[in-house]
Amino acid sequence: MVSKKQLRFIFGWLALLIAPVALHAAQVSDVVETDLVEQLARFFSMRDPSLRFALIGSILLGISCGLLGGFIVVRKMALMGDALSHAVLPGVAGGFLWNMEKDPVAILVGATIAGLLGSAMVSALTRTTRIKEDAALGLVLASFFAAGLCLQTMIIQNLPSGTQSGLDKFMFGQAAALGWDDVALMSAVTLLAVVMVALFYKELLVTSFDEGFARASGLPVRWVHHGLMLLLAMSVVIALKAVGVVLVSAMLITPAAAAYLLTDRLHRLLTLAVVFGVLAASVGAFFSFVGKNLPTGPLMVLGASTVFLGAFLFGPRYGVLSKWWARRSRSGRTQRENTLKAIYHVWENEGAALEGVSLKALAEKRRATLEEIGREVNSLERHGLATVNGPMVYFTPAGRQRSAEIVRNHRLWELYLTNSANIAPDHVHDDAENIEHVLGEDVVRELERRLGYATHDPHGKAIPSVQDVHQNAGLTGEAGKRGGA
Amino acid sequence: MNELLPAFDFHHVVVAPWTDYLPATGAWMLMGFFVTATCGLVGNYLMLRRMALMGDAVSHSVLPGLVIAFLITGTRGTWAMFLGALLAGVATTVIVETIHRKTRVKQDASIGVTFTTLFAIGVVLVSVYSSQVDLDAECVLYGEIGNIAALDEGGIPAPLVRMGSVLIGVVLLITIFYKQLLVSSFDPGLARSLGVNTTATHYGTMIVLSIVAVSAFEAVGAILVVAMLILPGATSGLLTTRLARMHGLSVVHAALSTVLGVHLALALGSQIAPAIVVAGAGLFGLAWVFSPTQGLWLRWRKPAKPGTAPAEAS
Repeated sequence: MVSKKQLRFIFGWLALLIAPVALHAAQVSDVVETDLVEQLARFFSMRDPSLRFALIGSILLGISCGLLGGFIVVRKMALMGDALSHAVLPGVAGGFLWNMEKDPVAILVGATIAGLLGSAMVSALTRTTRIKEDAALGLVLASFFAAGLCLQTMIIQNLPSGTQSGLDKFMFGQAAALGWDDVALMSAVTLLAVVMVALFYKELLVTSFDEGFARASGLPVRWVHHGLMLLLAMSVVIALKAVGVVLVSAMLITPAAAAYLLTDRLHRLLTLAVVFGVLAASVGAFFSFVGKNLPTGPLMVLGASTVFLGAFLFGPRYGVLSKWWARRSRSGRTQRENTLKAIYHVWENEGAALEGVSLKALAEKRRATLEEIGREVNSLERHGLATVNGPMVYFTPAGRQRSAEIVRNHRLWELYLTNSANIAPDHVHDDAENIEHVLGEDVVRELERRLGYATHDPHGKAIPSVQDVHQNAGLTGEAGKRGGA
Repeated sequence: MNELLPAFDFHHVVVAPWTDYLPATGAWMLMGFFVTATCGLVGNYLMLRRMALMGDAVSHSVLPGLVIAFLITGTRGTWAMFLGALLAGVATTVIVETIHRKTRVKQDASIGVTFTTLFAIGVVLVSVYSSQVDLDAECVLYGEIGNIAALDEGGIPAPLVRMGSVLIGVVLLITIFYKQLLVSSFDPGLARSLGVNTTATHYGTMIVLSIVAVSAFEAVGAILVVAMLILPGATSGLLTTRLARMHGLSVVHAALSTVLGVHLALALGSQIAPAIVVAGAGLFGLAWVFSPTQGLWLRWRKPAKPGTAPAEAS
């Protein structure tokens, strides 16, 4: 599923993650005042059963949250995850009240019901009133959350067993508090999520990207939506104890958003989101274990955010730095090609008899100062496209070939626009100026064929032929010799 | 279940807040009203501008701003806190916009990523420096409105003064810039052609939002602020379409939900801030069902399907 290229990027991020690890570890040890090395040894040897549960639980929640998060991000319902995660709180308290103990199954059922109620409320609000979806989400989120808090503070204050209920652990999460029954429940829900997604992959795919088409082909769009909400609510609930109510939405959104920056294919997106989710969750569990008093949830979220930052900056296609770099190198190439073209023009105008082109004539042609031309020509020299000798500049064979190609592209395109698109000859230059840098060889051949192997462009200039481009005729012969001498 | 609900004591719940407990309950109610009214007035514009979730984002990301300002200055002074929160609020807006504009991540996902990250940073800082920062997880979740000193103990408590001045400031700003806010909220294109600087209005709203969020944060915590921002505006939006009346109604909603909330908190023995929100949500529910123009009862009555109409509709 994951290509080599993607694997490389994953390892790149791993390296990225290690930097904050080192920074943080120092800080944590200051605060906790335990032997960091001993803690690390305990972590990696997994002697503690509680640690084993914490780690397994984190991995499971990474899987289920990443998988379902991928769907809510591509369905543009990211904040539905936020609303759901807050809306389950009254259900958690209600599940506790059911038989007055921390029964994970009762809490799961109660919280899932509350979550579904919340999501139904959002759709009801947007359908029956003028309230927009964002406001409806915020409203449901905060009202349900407040109801949950009310119940919870009531339990803590009024019940003798309330203080030990551990309900406050649901706020920011404590992976170390996971027990055997929690982990069993988490595996059951994760398995359910994976199986359901695998079974209904096609339905989920189609309804996520083209609802109209899905409806037209007879898919039960609404049921798919409700089913997804159910799975989402359940996976939010199992994540609660480890991540906490407040930040569980980040475990849904952030890994998936990072994956969304890296690929266009849904199955790759889901795979990556799961990988990132597991990574972030285990990093969070690790730190919360090393530093005793740290809540797990925020640390997991920060792990996921680091991954997102990596994708945001270095993602090969949508990363900000990569895009900037690509733009920079493209504009550099365009500039060099324009200089080459100018040299060709000067050479052509002054008669092909000349061996080289004077920098002064070139500066006049480019309407630039000698200094600027000097810089441009130096850049050509660095890329092996031209050589400078005193006041003259000469093509290298590669430079001559590229300049002839560019001029050929430009003039063929001008001719094509004039002939086939009926655009006046004095309007075609700007268009050709842009397209000349990107026309590929096969397109040029096709243009040439359609234009009947014309020899002159609309302005009466000769179009360099294939032979001109590939046989190092004319200027190159002498210039090449001169440049080498 | 019986031990959960304290026995209903009429005197304790209904009478005493206005007589015996008045110094304490009065301070709670006043503070609650200031917070809900301020949030509600600002929230009206968030609703209209479809920025409701920016309210969510800003109210969360105020936390790291507060903690960092505290760690730098070492005091819990009003101005340092305001400045920290302000910077955090503006930073949130800028980061959300950057992620949304520079990549293909949609705005909702970029809001989600941004505020959870900032909030997580805040919580981690709070737990790492818990010995130094005068903040804890409970304060983040439901504020400390219940800890406001009673009125009779030596003058008016400082938080009350602060929140009151923020309320007055917000009212003044809305009165002065009413026309600009009105036009730019409903029709940004028209506003620009009339010479209203919509970018300035946008960032001005965000700055006011950060100030409101930080001052309310102390009283009701990061998450309940969202409810106070949205509920009054949503309720009044169900009842009227005129902006001026919406303002009035949201203030009424704020007052009612505060008073009811304090009684509810006494009756249930729960925290005050969440109880105020629950009361506010109840009022919203009533407006949703009984609104004269878009209420649910209209829908339930019209189809005239016997048996489907719930009891409230009749």
